[in-house]
Amino acid sequence: MSDITRSTAADLAAQLSAGEITSVELTEAHLDRIDAVDTRPDGRGVHAFLHVDRDGALADAADSDARRARGEARGPLDGVPIAVKDVLTTRGLPTTCGSKILEGWVPPYDATVVARLREAGLPILGKTNMDEFAMGSSTEHSAYGPTRNPWDLDRIPGGSGGGSAAAVAAFEAPLAIGTDTGGSIRQPGAVTGTVGVKPTYGGVSRYGLVALANSLDQAGPVTRTVLDAAMLHDVIGGHDPRDSTSIQQDWPSFTEAARAGASGDMSGVKVGVITELAGEGWQAGVMARFQESVDLLVKAGAEVVEVSCPSFVHALATYYLILPAEASSNLAKFDAMRFGLRVTPEGNPSAEEVMRATRDAGFGDEVKRRIILGTYALSSGYYDAYYGQAQKIRTLISRDFDAAFADVDVLVSPTAPTTAFRLGEKLDDPMAMYLNDLATIPANLAGVPGISVPNGLAEEDGLPSGFQVLAPALADDRVYRVGAALEALYADQWGGPLLDRAPRLETE
Amino acid sequence: MPEISRDEVAHLAMLARIDLSDAELDHLAPQLSVILESVASINGVAGDDVPPTSHALPLTNVFREDVVVPSLTAEEALSGAPAVEDQRFSVPRILGEEA
Repeated sequence: MSDITRSTAADLAAQLSAGEITSVELTEAHLDRIDAVDTRPDGRGVHAFLHVDRDGALADAADSDARRARGEARGPLDGVPIAVKDVLTTRGLPTTCGSKILEGWVPPYDATVVARLREAGLPILGKTNMDEFAMGSSTEHSAYGPTRNPWDLDRIPGGSGGGSAAAVAAFEAPLAIGTDTGGSIRQPGAVTGTVGVKPTYGGVSRYGLVALANSLDQAGPVTRTVLDAAMLHDVIGGHDPRDSTSIQQDWPSFTEAARAGASGDMSGVKVGVITELAGEGWQAGVMARFQESVDLLVKAGAEVVEVSCPSFVHALATYYLILPAEASSNLAKFDAMRFGLRVTPEGNPSAEEVMRATRDAGFGDEVKRRIILGTYALSSGYYDAYYGQAQKIRTLISRDFDAAFADVDVLVSPTAPTTAFRLGEKLDDPMAMYLNDLATIPANLAGVPGISVPNGLAEEDGLPSGFQVLAPALADDRVYRVGAALEALYADQWGGPLLDRAPRLETE
Repeated sequence: MPEISRDEVAHLAMLARIDLSDAELDHLAPQLSVILESVASINGVAGDDVPPTSHALPLTNVFREDVVVPSLTAEEALSGAPAVEDQRFSVPRILGEEA
């Protein structure tokens, strides 16, 4: 297996720029890697991809090489291939959102994130697996079968963006795009030993991102290093007139923030450890790694204090009212009329009967659960007690963040309470599944940015854990700075990336 | 504690336009009760003086100049339709047969 697939995107960009490799070689190497590990005759492939676009990616790579030869490279990542979560529309490439209701749908337009990737010259390798409509924390709710965790093929890769995280963890892609509504970028990052960033709400366009919960969804980078995430964020971020919630401001270079952080110097940075994100239900090995990371930051000069965010204990319940409420109305568009599946019952059925039959056949269990829950939470008589109350607690959670950030520069916690669990273990126990997002949800409710950085393996099971850094809205540069610092401190300690310790996946 | 009955789930499924089989109703109703019981913990947490938040960051209406920009062609817009007739979406009857 070629070493090229183990390089960071930043290194690949440098090699392309120096003329040491071509984008075609690079793209072909990743496509070969996908062939080798993603599907296997014994059914134990990683299954990170729902669709691989070999021809399209190679054609884009050839275009990139031609541009570079003319001295017209469009930016540092021109020619570096990428995988895209199947919840972002791609013109001419299937987009299923992991659902049968969109099986075979080929969108007539690109999401803005995808358009920006194309403009920057990144060949798109394919679309990655996900929990259906991004509802889940394990990728087991995909209608096309689960993705497996490259660290242990019997375990979940996290979710909903398990496909994107597994793709970069298994060296099938140097970069990927994820989306994070309650942790779907950060939690998969934690359990696969990779990096994931949820930008400030409004920092990355949602145009063409098939909405799960509009007020919470954000697309962001899924990578193996903090610098790679920052470089990718610089490509996809920024104002988009097609998204009315897109923030109209100039953003600083996140690449520079990550490079500055890589010095490992944390002096002058005040870090708050969130009291409420620890305790019962948190795996001992995850907590041990977390404490070790905090100690490392202290040694690097950071001032660390404990900060209480009392309303965070209600974040999970608040989220599981707001999200289903928004999802139930968003998914009303899957009505069998204009696109997607249409199931026609016998006889001369009405449009409504066709809708009901189609939505029964096209949606999986978790989607049905959440649509019905959302319909309930929004129904008159319950609205004030559930949805109204949840919106008020959302205010309290934002106030907790405001109060905390008045005192500290960043907040930290473990990204997920446990390491990767076994496939099937929580599949039919929704509440147990929901608890995976305990630490990541508050950021979505308040719209603040967050990163998950790998911080070692839990002692009891040898599986990766993640360290979460949260910053105030618009201060995404801080998560890159602190994330890069922690990554550099660990690189010194470990003598190499964490993923070097993952098992090799090649079939003999 | 909120209990959600099988009949209520069936009613909600009808409102949400999803045909649920008997087996699905048996399966879903108890799960939804468990979820509702967990989320009911927020009751009374925030008083009347707390304003609701619908969006994480403050937003105002966004306007643009009223100029024509390129959009999908009719063919593109219809490209994913289950049925098309005369350059239009073809849909099942929307009125009752007796109408």
